[in-house]
Amino acid sequence: MDLQTTIYLVVGLTFALYIGIAIWARAGSTSEYYAAGGGVPPVLNGMATAADWMSAASFISMAGLISNMGYGGGLFLMGWTGGYVLLACLLAPYLRKFGKFTVPQFIGDRYYSKSASTVAVLCLLVASLTYIIGQMTGVGVAFSRFLGVSKEVGIYVGMAIVFTYAVFGGMKGITYTQVAQYVVLIFAYVIPAVFISLALTGNPIPQLGLGSSLSGQDMSLLAKLDSVVTDLGFGKYTTTTAGSTLNMFVYTFSLMIGTAGLPHVIMRFFTVPNVHAARLSAGWALVFIAILYTTAPAVAAMAKTNLIRTITPGVVMQNADPYAADSQIQYEQRPDWMKRWEVTGLLKFEDKNGDGRIQYYNDKSKSDEFKAKAEAAGWKGNELSVNADIIVLANPEIALLPNWVIALVAAGGLAAALSTAAGLLMAISSAISHDLVKGIFAPDISEKGELMAGKIAMACSIVVAGYLGLNPPGFAAGTVALAFGIAASSLFPAIMMGIFSKKMNKEGAMAGMLAGLFITLFYVFAHKGLFFIKGTEYLDVIGGANSFFGITPEAFGGIGALINFAVAFVVDKMTKEPPEHIQHMVENVRIPRGSKVVDGSHAH
Amino acid sequence: MQYKHDAQGYWQATLGLITKVLVIWFVVSFGAGILFADLLNGIHLGGYPLGFWFAQQGSMYVFVALIFWYAKKMTDIDKEFDVHE
Repeated sequence: MDLQTTIYLVVGLTFALYIGIAIWARAGSTSEYYAAGGGVPPVLNGMATAADWMSAASFISMAGLISNMGYGGGLFLMGWTGGYVLLACLLAPYLRKFGKFTVPQFIGDRYYSKSASTVAVLCLLVASLTYIIGQMTGVGVAFSRFLGVSKEVGIYVGMAIVFTYAVFGGMKGITYTQVAQYVVLIFAYVIPAVFISLALTGNPIPQLGLGSSLSGQDMSLLAKLDSVVTDLGFGKYTTTTAGSTLNMFVYTFSLMIGTAGLPHVIMRFFTVPNVHAARLSAGWALVFIAILYTTAPAVAAMAKTNLIRTITPGVVMQNADPYAADSQIQYEQRPDWMKRWEVTGLLKFEDKNGDGRIQYYNDKSKSDEFKAKAEAAGWKGNELSVNADIIVLANPEIALLPNWVIALVAAGGLAAALSTAAGLLMAISSAISHDLVKGIFAPDISEKGELMAGKIAMACSIVVAGYLGLNPPGFAAGTVALAFGIAASSLFPAIMMGIFSKKMNKEGAMAGMLAGLFITLFYVFAHKGLFFIKGTEYLDVIGGANSFFGITPEAFGGIGALINFAVAFVVDKMTKEPPEHIQHMVENVRIPRGSKVVDGSHAH
Repeated sequence: MQYKHDAQGYWQATLGLITKVLVIWFVVSFGAGILFADLLNGIHLGGYPLGFWFAQQGSMYVFVALIFWYAKKMTDIDKEFDVHE
């Protein structure tokens, strides 16, 4: 069977599975619609959370980013997993005990204020919508790359699939499809990694292979990689940090609390039966996430080794001189996979010195010694540009794996994008139907009416998300920073103080949320333009790029969170205590006993 | 007022456990993975420099173990103070 037919078959089968699950898991009540009936076992919820969490970016782009960054890429690994520790011990069990459907509802009830809940809805909508643009474009890219259809058709098909299980099944349909999607995506990620690890190091477990020696050599893979990339003018793979140690520290911190504060992740913990299950479920989620996240650095380093080995075979395998004229392969003799990816534009070759060979090196190196060597070798600049996404997408081809593995990677990429999109849509539609329609505009709405409102909100959200995916605003690339920044600087501190401080009042919480949000937006916009409009950057106002101790805008959410805490504390001290019944409510939330199935009744 | 006293004791025990969890969380990631990574890179774990290992492998394994340990300890505390489900 040829590759294209295999891909259609595998992707078609997975889609049939998702739709089958959707028909089985229709939601009949608001409890099923918002919280899957509250009876999802911790292990299954862990799997669903993992699929919900791991997006197209985790699946397709992360390994490539680490491959380019080396050691510094660890900030994504630590940041996006460490958040689950915070979620498990600071938020999830208490929010589960609180027992309501949405994050804004917790904020609204705890801070006895509809304005607080509205601010939370706003933060949630901005964070989730910006996040979903990336997922929809991811769906489009995966379809067009693997199925040979246009990006537009890809997005329409993706919308239709999500529509069938999200609109009819709500959280219940989404949860069980996410479990299936997790299984698809994890096999798609791990199988190529196993083969590559086996080929390079003789060890089939990628996590161990990364710490092993190259096959037939007495040098460890990482030591070899260090020496090879240094010869090419790059920083050492195992020590190159992300910007500065301080920036890496703050960036990691921001990703951790941003992860813990993302509403579509928190919501998943409303679906488990009780407080104990919420704690365990966070553990299981991290187990399933860690399977991919500990494989990613192996994929990253091995792909980098394989790439350099393809271009300069003797250097990696026999310690040949990297600067010798015949060390690099001739362009005409490049392998087939390079030809295939050149067509997509993700891999580009330009023969700058006209010698017909591929020179791949860091032409921006600051080392004079290296520059002298490169010049002596007659190199006139880096000739190969490699898009980071290739690292995962082309992995099976680089390792010469059979067609069904390539088809599986296609299905895995789609599963990752669809599962995250569905989770985000759930967060968006429940904020609209539950927090805005029932909470504010029509408190007397019947359960049936609310269920209908939820489904309509979901359908509209899918259309909006599809539209944004088809016409991605120019700022799409910069918005992930914004989603994490908002979750970290506004939602996480507000929820945490709501549980851990009995005396925190609405004035403090709202001032904190707004201050954290404002300062984060201010810093991000200074770099990326006001509301991401090109040309409206105001870097001179804040004194140049990364002016706050060299911290990049992506890493700023953590600083925003600290400001949130500080402002909330000061304002809280100057205003009056929260009412007695709220303090009792907090005491009650802290104790597991008495947890019941989540429901939607608004407390006031 | 028996209940009130227990609730406070329970909360103190919980905060104590959370503090331990967060200290370990901080030490393996921000400590071993970032601040002291260069120092630890002198030690090797197989082919891994240790600081690099903590940043790209070790911290994640510890995080997983940490959550299950926390869940187990919390169950014990819940029972001790008779607030379990």
